[in-house]
Amino acid sequence: MNDTQQRPWQTVALLLGFAFLYTPIAWIVYFSFSGDLPGSASHFSLHWYRALLANTELGAAAYRSLVLALLSSPLAAMLGTFAGIGLARQEHFPGRSVMIALLAIPIFAPEILLGFSFLMLFASAQALTGWSHGKGMLTLVLAHATLGAPIVASVVFARVSGRDRSLEDAARDLGARPLRVLATVTIPLAAPGIFSGWLLALTLSFDDVVTSSFLAGPENTTLPMAIFSGLRVGLDPQINAVGTLMVAGVAAIVGISFAATRLGAWRRDRER
Amino acid sequence: MKRSSLTLVDRMTIAIPFTWLATFLALPLVSVAALSLHVVADSIPPVAPFFSIGQGHLTLNMSVRGFRMVTEDPLYLAAFWNGLKNATLTAAGCILIGFPLAFAIARSPARRRNLYVLLAILPFWTSFLLRAYAWMGLIRDSGPINAMLLSLGITHHPVAILYTPTAVLLVMIYSYLPFFVLPMYAVLEKLPADLLAAASDLGARPAYVFRTVTLPLSLPGIVSGAILVFVPAVGEYVIPELVGNSSTMMIGGILWDEFFQNRDWPLAASIALVTFGLLMLPALVLRRRLGQLGTVS
Repeated sequence: MNDTQQRPWQTVALLLGFAFLYTPIAWIVYFSFSGDLPGSASHFSLHWYRALLANTELGAAAYRSLVLALLSSPLAAMLGTFAGIGLARQEHFPGRSVMIALLAIPIFAPEILLGFSFLMLFASAQALTGWSHGKGMLTLVLAHATLGAPIVASVVFARVSGRDRSLEDAARDLGARPLRVLATVTIPLAAPGIFSGWLLALTLSFDDVVTSSFLAGPENTTLPMAIFSGLRVGLDPQINAVGTLMVAGVAAIVGISFAATRLGAWRRDRER
Repeated sequence: MKRSSLTLVDRMTIAIPFTWLATFLALPLVSVAALSLHVVADSIPPVAPFFSIGQGHLTLNMSVRGFRMVTEDPLYLAAFWNGLKNATLTAAGCILIGFPLAFAIARSPARRRNLYVLLAILPFWTSFLLRAYAWMGLIRDSGPINAMLLSLGITHHPVAILYTPTAVLLVMIYSYLPFFVLPMYAVLEKLPADLLAAASDLGARPAYVFRTVTLPLSLPGIVSGAILVFVPAVGEYVIPELVGNSSTMMIGGILWDEFFQNRDWPLAASIALVTFGLLMLPALVLRRRLGQLGTVS
């Protein structure tokens, strides 16, 4: 649809919709800089940021979450890339519909079912084989990679299935072996999809509270788990400061990837 | 082009993720099913093995107590009902707010559309917990929303919103909105413009075009977006826990408490299995194609 003009109803819908989406975020940022409890004072202060810096428990949790996200998201990206390419390129193989159903589970299922099921799997494995990592970082990485893979797969699938196969066929006709075709043609073509899928898996892992609560145990508390247990008790202005830092982090990542896309487009234009 | 056989590389790109997903998504269901039949015991893990040998003879420890409780106990039925009710209302709210937004984005000039889509996704990238937390601040008795209502003279006492069913619904609609807006936008963006132009050229008023052309064509998007909101929303645990009260306990909260507080793994497993069957089987049948899944992101 290509309407050139914005009509009044559109402006109203956009304004109301985005106001709804952004009011809470503006609130977090605004009150992270105020000196007292949210809502009661409004002078600018870095008090809560200083308190946050001194809070080693939250710092350790944030570090753990970062490591977890950085370990699980590349795994998710690899699995999702293979699955997306496999499904897009092989239209018929035994078990295709099973694979699609499996990929749909983490996207649809309530997360509490997933977290609980993961723990039951690891508990059963421990009971049967004695593999005794019942709780810990490894199970968290495995679970988060599983949660992220379908998202990467759907992004990569959308990217690969739309393209014709002439480039891959040409590479094959010129004598490239299948692995070389995959590594030098298919995967580079899917790269933007892989990148945005990886970024989604990274945020998903960094933000996860339910699955982590089942698997982490007391010694592996992640940042969302720490925030969640804080919120159950009540309001804590330090969390506003955490939130602002996270909003800033996301804005930076989005800004960088936006700039990277622009730069890529600019380079391609110049090469022509 | 006919491919008579798959190359080793083709096989690997399928076999690796397939094995992984089967191990970490299908196998856990088997564990959950097995655990739901276990008997609680005072041990680690807190269940008795299926077979035990005592006083020279073999005993079988198996029970369907969990399933009996899930289907008979009014507390659990109420939690299921709460979950289904809240998820339905959440999906309805997402349609009411998300459809106009997605429609407005889709009808915007092409060069602005990407920016609007980015703006719709961005909140989804900031921590979910922090957004829920922000709402707690906004809707509490001394928060800005109540301050506004008081200063406008709409009420004379702060309206209790936080820790009520209204708060649960509000924050759920807010949190699930992107999951509706994106697939909805993907469908609306592809609506053929000439069809709409043809309808208005033939003299149909905008409201009539909307009712007879736009709405029927976007119905599949509304349905798939609503499913994408409804199914995970039934089991939502975090939001009712943070902004609700004891009356808003949903099925996720029951599962959590049985597992973490009562350490009743068989009962938690029964709840999980019943919920999974109730939700996932219809959802999988309704949306089997990955092509539709692709619209999620």
